[in-house]
Amino acid sequence: MKQPRRRSIKDNRSESALFRRRALTGFALILLGLCALVGRYVFLQVARHDEFVTRSVNNRVKPRVLPPPRGLVYDRNGVLLADNVPAFRLEVVPEQVKDMKGLLHQLGMVVPLSQDDIDTFLKQVKQSRRFDSVPLKLHLTEDEIDRFAINRWRFPGVDVVPYLTRNYPQGELFAHVVGYVGRIDADDLKKLDEASYKGTTHVGRIGIERSYESVLHGTPGYELDEVNANGRVQRVLETHAPVPGKNLYLSIDARIQKAAEKAFDGRPGAAVAIDPRNGQVLAMVSVPSFDPNLFIDGISRADYHALLYAPDKPLFNRAVSGVYPPGSTVKPLLALGGLELGLRTPEDTVLSTGTFCLPGTTFCRRDDRRGGFGTVNLRQAIMWSVNTYFYKLALDMGIDRFSAWMGRFGFGRPTGIDLDNEAAGVLPSPAWKARNYKQAWYPGETMIAGIGQGYWAVTPLQLAHAVATLAGHGTPYAPRLVMAEQSGTAEPVPLSNPPDGPPLVSNPAHWKAVEEGMQMVVNDPRGTGYGLGKGFPYTIAGKSGTAERYSRTTDAYNTNKNLAYLASRHRAWFEAFAPAEDPRIAVAVVLEAGAWGASDAGPIARRILDAWLATQKDPPPDTPLPDVRTSAPPPGAPPPVDNTP
Amino acid sequence: MIDQIDALKARLRRLLARVLTRPRIDLPLAGGLLLLACVGLATLYSAGDGGLSLVGGQAGRFLLGGALLLLVSRIPPSSLRNWTPWLYAGSTFLLLVVAVLGEGRGADRWLDLGVMRFQPSELLKLTMPMMVAWYLHARPLPPSWKDMAAVGALIALPAVLIAKQPDLGTALLVAAAGAFALFLAGMGWWRIGGLLVAVGAMVPVAWHFMHQYQRDRVLTLINPESDPLGNGWHIIQSQIAVGSGGMFGKGYGHSTQARLDFLPEHTTDFIFAVFSEEFGLVGVCLLLALYAFIIGRCLWIAMQARDTYSRLLAGAIGMSFFVYVFVNGGMVAGMLPVVGVPMPMVSYGGTSAVSLLVGFGVVMSIHAHRKMHD
Repeated sequence: MKQPRRRSIKDNRSESALFRRRALTGFALILLGLCALVGRYVFLQVARHDEFVTRSVNNRVKPRVLPPPRGLVYDRNGVLLADNVPAFRLEVVPEQVKDMKGLLHQLGMVVPLSQDDIDTFLKQVKQSRRFDSVPLKLHLTEDEIDRFAINRWRFPGVDVVPYLTRNYPQGELFAHVVGYVGRIDADDLKKLDEASYKGTTHVGRIGIERSYESVLHGTPGYELDEVNANGRVQRVLETHAPVPGKNLYLSIDARIQKAAEKAFDGRPGAAVAIDPRNGQVLAMVSVPSFDPNLFIDGISRADYHALLYAPDKPLFNRAVSGVYPPGSTVKPLLALGGLELGLRTPEDTVLSTGTFCLPGTTFCRRDDRRGGFGTVNLRQAIMWSVNTYFYKLALDMGIDRFSAWMGRFGFGRPTGIDLDNEAAGVLPSPAWKARNYKQAWYPGETMIAGIGQGYWAVTPLQLAHAVATLAGHGTPYAPRLVMAEQSGTAEPVPLSNPPDGPPLVSNPAHWKAVEEGMQMVVNDPRGTGYGLGKGFPYTIAGKSGTAERYSRTTDAYNTNKNLAYLASRHRAWFEAFAPAEDPRIAVAVVLEAGAWGASDAGPIARRILDAWLATQKDPPPDTPLPDVRTSAPPPGAPPPVDNTP
Repeated sequence: MIDQIDALKARLRRLLARVLTRPRIDLPLAGGLLLLACVGLATLYSAGDGGLSLVGGQAGRFLLGGALLLLVSRIPPSSLRNWTPWLYAGSTFLLLVVAVLGEGRGADRWLDLGVMRFQPSELLKLTMPMMVAWYLHARPLPPSWKDMAAVGALIALPAVLIAKQPDLGTALLVAAAGAFALFLAGMGWWRIGGLLVAVGAMVPVAWHFMHQYQRDRVLTLINPESDPLGNGWHIIQSQIAVGSGGMFGKGYGHSTQARLDFLPEHTTDFIFAVFSEEFGLVGVCLLLALYAFIIGRCLWIAMQARDTYSRLLAGAIGMSFFVYVFVNGGMVAGMLPVVGVPMPMVSYGGTSAVSLLVGFGVVMSIHAHRKMHD
């Protein structure tokens, strides 16, 4: 029908005629469209003119967004951890400002404006609509408010606006748990829902403030204001109240938290205490800490650098992000594995001669006591921390079963606590090594994995979680910081936290044997942690761990055994739970520069248990606690926190 | 080498001299644009509450645009045609760059050049009709199925990229510019009908892929009271402004809606509401007539042009001008959803004033070269 080379038949004359027809048709259609538009304007400007004139004359009503108050954060007894306090800020409506540069200059002479304030403000002006009010300076002092009030007439479009700002009354104590809020910046604006953050200036940055942002934030409302000809509000006609963010109750007890922090005495380290019956975190400290209040309105450059480059890294949350070799603390967990997998009975014995060599090789490792511990069974192996016993057990188990078993305690992956930035740590396995080193697995590595050395890396939270799982007769619960949510003044609603895996213990006798070994660590005169249980009304079960930060390459280690030298080389661990028979608290403590686990980290664990005991006085220690999974904390209970130094 | 540079310098100097001494412009079109610019500045002065900085900035843009118009009008359409594929490819490439590393508020549509930021999508408003005209120029008209499919692809790629930024208004303008070229090329009526039906059938699919805020804008149109803080407020206040203007308006400088800050964005996207309030239905009709005149003059110039490329390009530029007016006018009157399409030459700011004038520069060039044989 058509020739293959259609180019050749291009006919300019007929195309020109075609175009002419089309152009005329197109113009006719455009006129039609414009007529339709005019029709709409006739409808509005003639048919409904009177109605709109009335509405225009009566148009004195302007909507104003009411940002929701952020939810508060309490400890389990109602001690306030994150509060809202009234403050005043300076806001500018860019649309009403004719010369922004001049305004900022003039305004700066009345109310001091820092370069940071101005930069943030100008950035936000660029990003918001011109008729939206943009905060210029937060947290005005009374003096600044007064001076602006006198000069207000000079600055149309600028106003002092009351708002609620965040405050952390506990300061450093909860910085790593509760975290802080920061001013919403350009990147946040892209991510946040515009409608629900209208009028809101702050958003959770780290900690609970971040991970529970959607719960704490709430829903904005609005009011309809009647304004005069100058745009000033005369009265409020209608209010659609915002829905405040929900309050959160942490399971942490501020008293235990405080005791734990004091026990570190400023030495870098971390401690986590968990209720083994439900995974609730009772204390979580990372030392040193910082003042979260500095961050709310934008920390100064100098303050930030001081924190960022401080040698002990106070901004670093060691409890969830710090990883350390666990050392001997994994031995009781491995012992339970030997029993559960049928590789050992509690009475099976191993001969410790002081040195253990990988069969058929010259790869040898020592016990902590020269000449060894002689013939030891499972309980004694835990009590004395006999390396030979666990080298052998790890080899008998084999690395695949070893890492599968240890994986059930949650090592090598985030525990799933309700915080961000959780480190995964390292659970040694051939697959992990192949992924990271592209090398085969050696049996010697299985051997040292049995005493928590080698590739092992765990966070204090992971170890606390593992100890809690052990203490809870093998039922794993993901650790939880938030225990209950509360809408307004209603009764707080507890959050459920079901077990997140099958139980690890099939035979109570297995658990009993491990628990007895750990009791002996603390209570048997031969135990590595003997003395730590003195004067405590319940039996404590525990285990120390001392992990080397560097491998021993010189003889200096053997000749230079003063404590300061050892502390520089060791990480000291202590894990414990109590009461041993029916555990209600499990603790893991790491001291970054501790010489020995039992003597340096052990007392910190004991101080935490003491603080916990003090909180159990009422109700008295011999009656069990009410089941915290179902009972709710009293709303607005008076702060029972001990403020005496 | 040095000779070449000298020759180039001499050519540039001659070009500049010619631009300044003998501008080849179509006086009726230039007069229409000048009148429109004056109306725009006057309206802006009133809407901006007598702010001279706004008017000054806008006048500066008009001057820049006018200079570019004069410059572009010197470029023969045949040269433009030769550059067209490169211009199209370049602007589409910039769109991709923005898609990867753009910055902007909520919507990624800006490219930061250090000294200035601009939206590559703005370039497409011109390079799109150029590309479609270039493609159809070499082919017999009316276009075959195959050619229409090719043109469809040329339109769809940048339009989808812009829509994803997300900037539905500009995507619409760019796609319309390309579609108008196709229409002017003589695409069969049945095919146009079929295409419209197909587009209609795509609406539910598009709805599915739209951002929630875009859906909200459509829904708010139906029930403005449902969103008293956002677009519903825009629509209500804008209609009050328009409706209270009545037949003859409240008079210049007497827009209470803008003055008392009830009407948001009253210097940019909603400035036509201020115009309607101050000058009434009579003013609206006169301004729309001026727009119609400019569009008609562009089509007239297109009809005089000698080759297909020039015809299609001038026609498409003229017709897409209509889309601005219709979409913005409809939005202000609460007839169409709120999309970011300015009232051309009246709304404050944006690069749109400059790019519009460059487009008219192309039309001027086509007019100036109408008698030359291609």
